[in-house]
Amino acid sequence: MEAQPLTSQVSRGPAPGTRRRPKIRAEKLHKAFGPKVVLDGVDFTVGEGESLVIVGPSGTGKSVLLKHLIGLIRPDAGKVFVDGEDVWALSDRERNGLRKRFGMAFQEGALFDSMNVFDNVAFPLRRSGRPAAAVRARVEECLEMVHLPGVEGRRPSELSGGMRRRVGFARAIAHEPEILLFDEPNTGLDPIMTDVINEIILELKQRLDVTIVTITHHIASARKIADRVALLHGGKILFDGAPDEFLQSDHPAVRQFVQGSAEGPLTVDFERKPAGASEDS
Amino acid sequence: MRFFEALGRVILRFLEEMGRFFQMLGRVAGWTFRPPYDGSELMRQMVRVGFDSIPVVFLTTLFTGAVLALQTFNGFARFHAESLVGSVVALSLTRELSPVLTALMVTGRVGSAMAAELGTMRVTEQIDALTALATEPVQYLMVPRVLASIAMLPLLVLLGDAVGMYGGYLVAVQLLGANPVTYVENSFQFLEISDVTSGIIKAAVFGLIFSLIACIRGYYTEGGAEGVGRATTRAVVAGSLTVLFADFFLTKLLF
Repeated sequence: MEAQPLTSQVSRGPAPGTRRRPKIRAEKLHKAFGPKVVLDGVDFTVGEGESLVIVGPSGTGKSVLLKHLIGLIRPDAGKVFVDGEDVWALSDRERNGLRKRFGMAFQEGALFDSMNVFDNVAFPLRRSGRPAAAVRARVEECLEMVHLPGVEGRRPSELSGGMRRRVGFARAIAHEPEILLFDEPNTGLDPIMTDVINEIILELKQRLDVTIVTITHHIASARKIADRVALLHGGKILFDGAPDEFLQSDHPAVRQFVQGSAEGPLTVDFERKPAGASEDS
Repeated sequence: MRFFEALGRVILRFLEEMGRFFQMLGRVAGWTFRPPYDGSELMRQMVRVGFDSIPVVFLTTLFTGAVLALQTFNGFARFHAESLVGSVVALSLTRELSPVLTALMVTGRVGSAMAAELGTMRVTEQIDALTALATEPVQYLMVPRVLASIAMLPLLVLLGDAVGMYGGYLVAVQLLGANPVTYVENSFQFLEISDVTSGIIKAAVFGLIFSLIACIRGYYTEGGAEGVGRATTRAVVAGSLTVLFADFFLTKLLF
């Protein structure tokens, strides 16, 4: 277990995940795209069966962090361990095998638009060579689990945003993964659909007994589905603890995020002009 | 100074693209022989590259053959060599025009579609989704497209050869009053099998070049809808230019 302090600013709770067997461990992840540093030494652990929600303002590299966990992006420095295996020390083939333990639901669903819903959900099943009858049964079961029975024949372009994401969930759980990754599952949805998505994630968590990492900037979602909340900003984890601690924390960055204020330590590109200053001065 | 800076940047960029091309060529070749094999996807791509391109190739080569006959007839008439028109049409079509024009037309038609499709898949995270579902995108997306192009372009060129020669025949016989029997005889008089096969080999290489460039451009797309547009344009421009370069060197070195 990582014992070293993350940053001087960190106010760290007892972190329930640390008592479980670690499923995913990120160690000092660094990633830059050109001059833009996105991750600047990120450490965290997700315990088996735990639900970690990573929150943070838009554009702080939450999705980039998530893609590191499943080996879609290679870190410039640092390591990701899944079940104790260093993802980037594996061969291509072994890494591909490791990815089968993951199910990832992408921001807009990322459904294959050349296929209908059935073929999308069936994709991972067929790739692993399951017989057609088993595929059909499993696809129906998965669509049932996301409360979308009977849409098998539709094309992704005929679905609403919320439906597309739920089909994406169904595809992510089809091959019975041990870890589920949700990338902004309810961004851009109406409040009701946002909560429907939260409920579905909760249901999946209880029903499938999986480890879940979710990226969101919705406080309500975090409160609902998280066993633990981490705040990512400026390439670092600024807070890591239980949802209650997160909501009551007096850490300035956490307070700003929870209260949804434009002013505070998280704000980098917003400065309120002093009263009386004109635009062109 | 600024000139050299710009020149250096162009050269670096060119080398980078070359490197990327050969690196991806190696990956595609490697993944071609690894299971699982996806026959149905290959068939689908062969229909898209081959069958669906027939009208465009048909019209292009028909008119090329026709105009070739028209031009050479006018020229050759000046020194009473009209009897050679059929040979010139046949040789230039099979060795050069049919492969190159077919490749350029298919680059515009299919290469652009490949780049746009893969580019859209990239910006909508569908390629990431493939990887996340333990499916190698190079194998799933590129291998069938490249193989289909290598297989189908030679067939299209064979069709183009025949159609182009027929176009020449139509003009010479119907329009310019050549004798049909002697025209056909002249057409095949100097034509050798190697002329046709050289065109077919070229076509296969062109198929590899345009499809791989289109796939690479699409695969590395960034920047949303605008990026997809850019990738598509660059796939067609880079693909067409590379086909023309490769044509020169293939002709010079091999045939």
